[in-house]
Amino acid sequence: MSARETILANIMANQPVSQDLPQIDLQAVIHYDNVLQQFKTVLESIGGKTLEIKDWQELQAMMESDQAAGKRIINAISELGNIDETLSTMKAEELAMVQRAYIKAGIAVAENGSVWVDEAAMVNRLLPFIAEHLVLVIEQKNIVANMHHAYQQVASFETGFGMFLAGPSKTADIEQSLVIGAHGARSLLVCILPS
Amino acid sequence: MSSLAKLTHAEAAEQFIADEPRTDWHDDTLWFVREKRDKAVNSIPEWEQLRQWASDIKYHGLSNMHQLLVDFEKNAIANCIEVHWAVDAKEHNELIYKIIQDNQIERIVKSKSMLTEECHLNEFLTEKGVEVVDTDLGERIVQFRKEAPSHIVLPAIHLKKQDVSETFHEHLGTEKGNNDPQYLTEAARGHLRDKFIASELAITGVNFAIAETGGFVVCTNEGNADMGAHAAKIHIACMGFEKIIPKAEHLAVFLRLLARSATGQPITTYSSHFSKPRAGQQMHLVIVDNGRSRQLGREEFRNSLKCIRCAACFNTCPVYRRSGGHSYHTAVAGPIGSILNPNLDMQANKDLPFASTLCGSCSNVCPVKINIHEQLYLWRQTITKEGLAPKTKTIAMWGMSEVLAHPAIYRLAGKMGRWVVKYLPFLTNNAMNPWFKQREMPQAPKESFRDWYLNNKQK
Repeated sequence: MSARETILANIMANQPVSQDLPQIDLQAVIHYDNVLQQFKTVLESIGGKTLEIKDWQELQAMMESDQAAGKRIINAISELGNIDETLSTMKAEELAMVQRAYIKAGIAVAENGSVWVDEAAMVNRLLPFIAEHLVLVIEQKNIVANMHHAYQQVASFETGFGMFLAGPSKTADIEQSLVIGAHGARSLLVCILPS
Repeated sequence: MSSLAKLTHAEAAEQFIADEPRTDWHDDTLWFVREKRDKAVNSIPEWEQLRQWASDIKYHGLSNMHQLLVDFEKNAIANCIEVHWAVDAKEHNELIYKIIQDNQIERIVKSKSMLTEECHLNEFLTEKGVEVVDTDLGERIVQFRKEAPSHIVLPAIHLKKQDVSETFHEHLGTEKGNNDPQYLTEAARGHLRDKFIASELAITGVNFAIAETGGFVVCTNEGNADMGAHAAKIHIACMGFEKIIPKAEHLAVFLRLLARSATGQPITTYSSHFSKPRAGQQMHLVIVDNGRSRQLGREEFRNSLKCIRCAACFNTCPVYRRSGGHSYHTAVAGPIGSILNPNLDMQANKDLPFASTLCGSCSNVCPVKINIHEQLYLWRQTITKEGLAPKTKTIAMWGMSEVLAHPAIYRLAGKMGRWVVKYLPFLTNNAMNPWFKQREMPQAPKESFRDWYLNNKQK
């Protein structure tokens, strides 16, 4: 017998009588009066920053000032300008030079300060991890209270990759001292567009 | 690790607590993590309901494991993931070695995976002449020191920053005596960035695999799993089959519980959902049994397979906090390890279910409601029935049951005991008596409760 057949046969012989799945009652889970405020508070408590902006122009101005300062930036948001055609195939060596990346996010979650970033939006899977600093953009209407609501809207498996991202990369592996900027982004700014 | 492997938990713990200030520091550090967990948990009014849902979803998974695995495999293959199956650790290691050889790989990075620790993958590959770079900061620290992780979430929790500083000075050339965690982390970041960029193959663990979609989720705070997986041309993810959950929507329940239970964070920084390889990439997934199907068949122990590896039971355990992870001489230490490891090898791990006070704190914090302390107690019975309990313990227990079963002997033994403690204290206050270790023997009362009762009843 192959390993697969052996394992599956042993499991079949040993698994207990089937028990039904529980019903997840969405009325029984946490809600917030003001999801925007909750999202901002939680994200800032875990090392992220938030900025409410008026429109795309405001963000564009921020990006242009980055460029004017000579920073190596990568834009993955079509509303902010052209996206480099080679971005999707850029290798790690090249992406490692990126000082700031601009990426559009989808759903944002008030209870934990995370945002959903899909492969389609990051263009290159490595970009949100390898960039030194990260700017994400969400729309206020996309903030939901909790993870149960988030998964109702996240079509995570239509593209090949996606993630909930909550704050900058961090570690506390040396004596429980929190250090921001372990391997991934050293800072995260989430810009919030009005709905 | 190898020198400790020959010691029982009690013997290794005795060495650990010889340094009292350091033991207190270890205890306090882990309790601090437990307190962070409590704070996070208290902000969720439906916490107990969430635990029950998680426990029930996992039990549904265990009771439908065959079908869920078949569905998962079908969907994963449709997503262009290559699925492999390994009956035991040896097959797991050989499968991975074959992928390395077939693709002529030299540079490998690995993020945290307790399964690969359980299978001793690093040692296996080192013997074959293949170097693997662990990329989780804590794991890299212990790898440099040729130690095993002492905690499944905080691998280097047994070390002080001075220890890390010395290790990095030796291996990374950091400034001698600079103990600043920020500085040391920055050095590791630079060192490991080079490894990520150069890597050809990345090995990761799996936190959850979703039958409905054929995808899997990996959670980290550092971003090391993603740096490896998205930079390398081959990604191998390894999982025990019990990581399967039925649907993507169930991730909501587990991601709400995992980080809050582990470190008190509302969620890990990165919760990455992999479902297809990127263009030009190979993605492999290895599903491992290694004794899990046997545990599934043990009615009283099968719930241990619900574990999501948060380590809340470690942080709260009074024995773990004061004995350190290495004294458990296994990849998964702590209370959960003490009910998983006797299934892997009962003879080698017969001491572990006894490394507990049975206080029940582990069961109270477990996010999937595993009855850990009850299983510890049941393992003690199983191990004793198998004739594996230490002789001194078996004889003492036999003696105790004889004494307790015969009232006349009980009364005589009590009288003798009181007399000995009073007039011949050296007979009990010596190194031969394990109860005298780190304890003062009590003052002997003048009379037994029975004598007192009989005397006072007459008055």
